[in-house]
Amino acid sequence: MKHTLIVLVENNPGVLSKVSGLFSRRGYNIESLVVSATDDPNTSRMTIVVDGDDKIIEQVSKQLHKLIDVIKVQDVTSQETVDRQLLLIRVATDNNTKSEIIQLMDIFRARVVDIGQKSLTIEATGDEAKIQAIIKSLKPFKIKELVKTGTISILRSN
Amino acid sequence: MRLNGAETLVKTLEDQGVEIIFGYPGGTVLEIYDALLNSSIKHILVRHEQGAAHAASGYARATGGVGVCLATSGPGATNLVTGIATAYMDSIPIVFFTGQVPQAMVGTDAFQEVDITGITHPITKHNYLVQDIKDLPRIVAEAFYIAKTGRPGPVLIDIPRNVSMDIAEFIPYKKVEIRSYKPTTQGHPSMIKKAVQKIQDSKNVVFCTGGGVIHSDASDQVKKIIDLTKGKVVSTLMGLGAYPADRKEFAGMLGTYGNQEANNIVQGCDCFVALGMRFDDRVVGNPEKFAPNATIIHIDIDPAEIGKNIHADIPIVGDVKNILIDMIKLMEKHQAPHESINFIHPERVPPVLPGRNVPWILKKLSEAAPNDILITTDVGQHQMWTATYYDFNKPRTFISSGGLGTMGYGIPAALGVQVAKPNQLVIAITGDGSFQMGMTEIGAIAELGLPIKILVFNNQTLGMVRQLQHYYSNQRYTGVHFENKIDFVMLANAFGAEGYRIDDAMNAPAVLEKALNNGKFTIIECTIDPENLVLPIVLAGKGLEEMTKNP
Repeated sequence: MKHTLIVLVENNPGVLSKVSGLFSRRGYNIESLVVSATDDPNTSRMTIVVDGDDKIIEQVSKQLHKLIDVIKVQDVTSQETVDRQLLLIRVATDNNTKSEIIQLMDIFRARVVDIGQKSLTIEATGDEAKIQAIIKSLKPFKIKELVKTGTISILRSN
Repeated sequence: MRLNGAETLVKTLEDQGVEIIFGYPGGTVLEIYDALLNSSIKHILVRHEQGAAHAASGYARATGGVGVCLATSGPGATNLVTGIATAYMDSIPIVFFTGQVPQAMVGTDAFQEVDITGITHPITKHNYLVQDIKDLPRIVAEAFYIAKTGRPGPVLIDIPRNVSMDIAEFIPYKKVEIRSYKPTTQGHPSMIKKAVQKIQDSKNVVFCTGGGVIHSDASDQVKKIIDLTKGKVVSTLMGLGAYPADRKEFAGMLGTYGNQEANNIVQGCDCFVALGMRFDDRVVGNPEKFAPNATIIHIDIDPAEIGKNIHADIPIVGDVKNILIDMIKLMEKHQAPHESINFIHPERVPPVLPGRNVPWILKKLSEAAPNDILITTDVGQHQMWTATYYDFNKPRTFISSGGLGTMGYGIPAALGVQVAKPNQLVIAITGDGSFQMGMTEIGAIAELGLPIKILVFNNQTLGMVRQLQHYYSNQRYTGVHFENKIDFVMLANAFGAEGYRIDDAMNAPAVLEKALNNGKFTIIECTIDPENLVLPIVLAGKGLEEMTKNP
């Protein structure tokens, strides 16, 4: 089962490699990892999606917590969260398919952010399921390039 | 007061109370060595950086303090790696300092440049690359604090040469405050209550002392709780000495190479209390079959160890000593009349036949040795025989590489132990395989005039590997025999040490007596039969009670 961990770390050099090294070293299956700044310049925030049973996730959390630079580890899997990925995808088009793609993207509330002779680029945000659905719907049009971020999560207010 | 980085470092070390540094010089630590010339800190020059790391480990383990080690960049730093990993696996507090190429050259593959903080991430509790001389006092203070608190462990500080040379106003760093590092030291009261209740309700309680009992100095509390509960005691390799082996409740070391009686009582108990241990695979045997009828109470300061290898029914995170004190208080308050356990104490070890075999020589050694003798070992058959046949009655008297199983540990560790305890007898028990890995430090021991004894059991064989091939490779022995015969007496003499040989078992007492009392650095060789096996043992996949006695 996939778990989402929110990890607050000291904004020190080397901390990302310490965290990512821990995952490969102990054979944990990491799905995605996003690091970003926070409102506190000394603190960075990681959202880590990791696959494993409860026992493995417990070990992951404990081992993460053992790293001196890790301030807080929170498993938010069972909590209400807002989850987002960002997708940029460039799809091949011609005059016949252009409007079809644009209509399709309206359904997903995705936006066209660049358009050329032979392709157009779409930006979309959403949770894992929505992003996968968008990618699936664009497959028939020939995807020329695709890039997406891992998931970032934030707790919903009570 | 304006100081350069090297002087700042040395000043900070003095403020930490450091008296001894084990090290080896080189290009990137020139300034640090120069600053040490004007310091009260004594530098012990080893012959190989790995020896410095092990010596610092022996020093830390004998004193209970923090060991300090210094090496140059590149190969100096990489030579420390085995020693760092050894310390990490056994939770030994050591602060390692390495020189680094100047910051401007970092990342250019400069001469003797290596990314030692990258290399040592997985084997240090924490490490630092110093970027600014102003950070140095804080980093050093944090490193010592991290090394010795919580679950102890090695910390490495990599110092680029220009930081050692930079000059800044020296501002001592007084109070360490790390917001992301707050080890739990007090156990949770409700868990402690639950554990006490369970212990009092159980008929057959076995307490197991791990290395944590020694780290937290909790031997007296263990004795007290045994008196109160009439429980039995077993120990891991790292915990030997935490509980006196000559007390009747003590059944010996558990595990793959453990004492049969220890394994039997663990498998038969209804409550197993793990004190500062981590259920290593050599301790547990087959985890599915471990203590099948027991409630497991697991006390450890490292939450990550709880439930990692063996499920804990009652976990208590915190310092063993504090938790035992709380448990004892509760027990004294609600003292249930505890039935004395029927513990027929058999001989912990099978009868030892006279001859040139390790158990018998160890018996003679214990008869000749003073009570406060400090023993280091290397790794292999001799180590397991020492752990199971020798009586360790005090903590910090048995010093051996447990988790990593590092051959070549014993001799340099003995160096560190003897430096820490100049007035006590120190003996390194080793085999000819391990001896040749750790023998670099013979030169350092001889130069320092330390009266260390090295007892080397010589079978011209890597006995433990041979034993593994015996059981697991259909007795197809390969890569385990040393064809050339070393004259250990001549070797000793070459270094100006005394050399003795036990070639007749009946002479062993006299030879040992002479060696232990000559006040000099001495190597004692005893040849043994290469076909001897450490028995009984638990073969792979078996439960602890299923020990085989068959060769």
